Amino acid sequence: MSDILSAPLVVEFPFTRSLGPVQSAFLTGLRERTVLGVRTEGGTVLVPPVEYDPVTANEISDLVEVAPTGTVTTWAWNPDPRRDQPLGTPFAWVLVRLDGAGTALLHALDAPGPDTVRTGMRVRIRWAATRTGAITDIACFEPCDGEPVSTEPAPHTGEFADPVTGIVAPARLDYVHTPGRAQSAYLTALEGHRTVGERCPACRKVYVPPRGVCPTCGVATAEQVEVGPRGTVTTFCIVNIKAKNLDIKVPYVYAHIALDGADLALHGRIAGIPYDQVRMGLRVEPVWTEDARHPDHYRPTGEPDADYDTYKELV
Amino acid sequence: MRDVAIVAFAQTAHRRRTDELSEVELLMPVLHEVLGATGLRANEIGFTCSGSADYFAGRAFSFTMALDGVGAHPPISESHVEMDGAWALYEAWVKIQTGEADTALVYSYGKSSPGRVRDVLTRQLDPYYLAPLWPDSVALAALQAQALIDAGATDEPALAEVAARNRTAAVGNPHAQLTGDVPAGDYLVRPLRTGDCPPIGDGAAAVVLAAGDTARALCARPAWIRGIDHRIEAHGLGVRDLTDSPSARLAAQRAGAFERPVDTAELHAPFTSQEVVLRKALGLGDDVRVNPSGGALAANPVMAAGLIRLGEAAARIHRGESDRALAHATSGPCLQQNLVAVLEGESTHA
Repeated sequence: MSDILSAPLVVEFPFTRSLGPVQSAFLTGLRERTVLGVRTEGGTVLVPPVEYDPVTANEISDLVEVAPTGTVTTWAWNPDPRRDQPLGTPFAWVLVRLDGAGTALLHALDAPGPDTVRTGMRVRIRWAATRTGAITDIACFEPCDGEPVSTEPAPHTGEFADPVTGIVAPARLDYVHTPGRAQSAYLTALEGHRTVGERCPACRKVYVPPRGVCPTCGVATAEQVEVGPRGTVTTFCIVNIKAKNLDIKVPYVYAHIALDGADLALHGRIAGIPYDQVRMGLRVEPVWTEDARHPDHYRPTGEPDADYDTYKELV
Repeated sequence: MRDVAIVAFAQTAHRRRTDELSEVELLMPVLHEVLGATGLRANEIGFTCSGSADYFAGRAFSFTMALDGVGAHPPISESHVEMDGAWALYEAWVKIQTGEADTALVYSYGKSSPGRVRDVLTRQLDPYYLAPLWPDSVALAALQAQALIDAGATDEPALAEVAARNRTAAVGNPHAQLTGDVPAGDYLVRPLRTGDCPPIGDGAAAVVLAAGDTARALCARPAWIRGIDHRIEAHGLGVRDLTDSPSARLAAQRAGAFERPVDTAELHAPFTSQEVVLRKALGLGDDVRVNPSGGALAANPVMAAGLIRLGEAAARIHRGESDRALAHATSGPCLQQNLVAVLEGESTHA
């Protein structure tokens, strides 16, 4: 299996979202150490709140303030916290029904061990030192004493100075990407400045880059075929807008290139010729730069142009 | 309604990792197997539908690469759901009901090995209140398990028995990943131990659907889909009664599961505690053979495991080992979404 390539792959994005009036009030409230719920038409107080009644689907915005204390409705002890979870030390995941609320909120409970946690235990919010208007403004819950606060939740306008109108929730996932047998062989050949495709056992076409399958016949391919290095421009476009962080002068030409012996054109940049002189049928060859994983670009070979009939199937 | 049946089913041997295979390379053998079983060629299939999710590969539109495996040139009629393949099967069933197709190829694949599936699944959660806390899939299932224990519906020894029964059944399943005498293990997230949780792995599955006489021509004993329905409930866990699954019950009712008893049930319950919830919601008694394949506790290629339940139930009917089977698939945290189908073999006495 040593010929199978693998490489770390990180997918990371800041999830940027706008908030509606109810979520805005709730998250701004957390910033101000105030927990808001929303009362449904049936009279249930939902915490965390939503903008539409789960039963009637009507818009709801009747905000009330509930207590920062509550009761655990169920829990699960997490002995080995994962990255980005609320606490770095072992903790309990809990659903907590805050006093005055009819539904439960998911969060973490900081407790010494699983033997100190039970359903029905009393807990209170521990606020984060720095609060921005996010669910993480609740650092976690912590055990507390005292009976449930039985008073009716107080109406709240939901109005705060400088309300939070959006959240940015960073997300990062780590992978080890393996491209499989066919693409590993292709990438390994490129290291030696060679381009290999695979021939379909049924239709005999040579695909490059190979993906281990013929997309027409739907059958596995395995027979390796070296193609190129020279090829023919089958079609092209002129790029006039510079992409961010791209160190190539515009305008430049991006082309489909049918390498000799291949039945599928691949992409490449054309250089070494003025952009307005690139044409269909132009014969080109790859130009490699030091330590590059792909040809940097393709340049004219100086041969006469290919006859249209020799590449028309590949346009 | 048209009579539609599952006429062929294939699945890979599910394994912890398949580094040497791209998604399409993983998938192709099962596509060839179901086409071979029916004698259909790719260009004779009326509709193709697949299920998978980009988050497992970490690459956008990863399913388009897998399309090479079905021979999508010249053009075919195709669709994809970013869900378990069971929902792709539902879409294909609807397509056949419209009369636009008589046959359908449904496939799905799940390659969990490139990433960390517990973390990946947090990205399906509500992005305002849940996802920023990164509650992983085992943690959420553990909350449900504790709720069941508190309600007196189960206890840890009973959960261990669920695990043991499924994995013992899986000994007879050559495709299963985790079989036989698997230790209960340490707590992963208490009260769930490693033994209560599904294996993490890679795999793929495919079925062929066909209508009416076409089905009879393609299969000696088609598994007729007598009813199929899927239902969803609230995303917020604190809004739901985690000890029950009203959506599974309603889907089963709408699929006709309660009209007559079933002899077999393939339940998509990746965690032992979820089987407890589903048995109750679906009213399955001890006389029903539950998960003779070993279920998701024996192999859980995420996004294919639900389709495999439909395929396993159908295959038992094909082999004459079941006359009326219930197949269930789930998605989302703590059984949020549930699909139920009722499959029947044609009685020789009818």
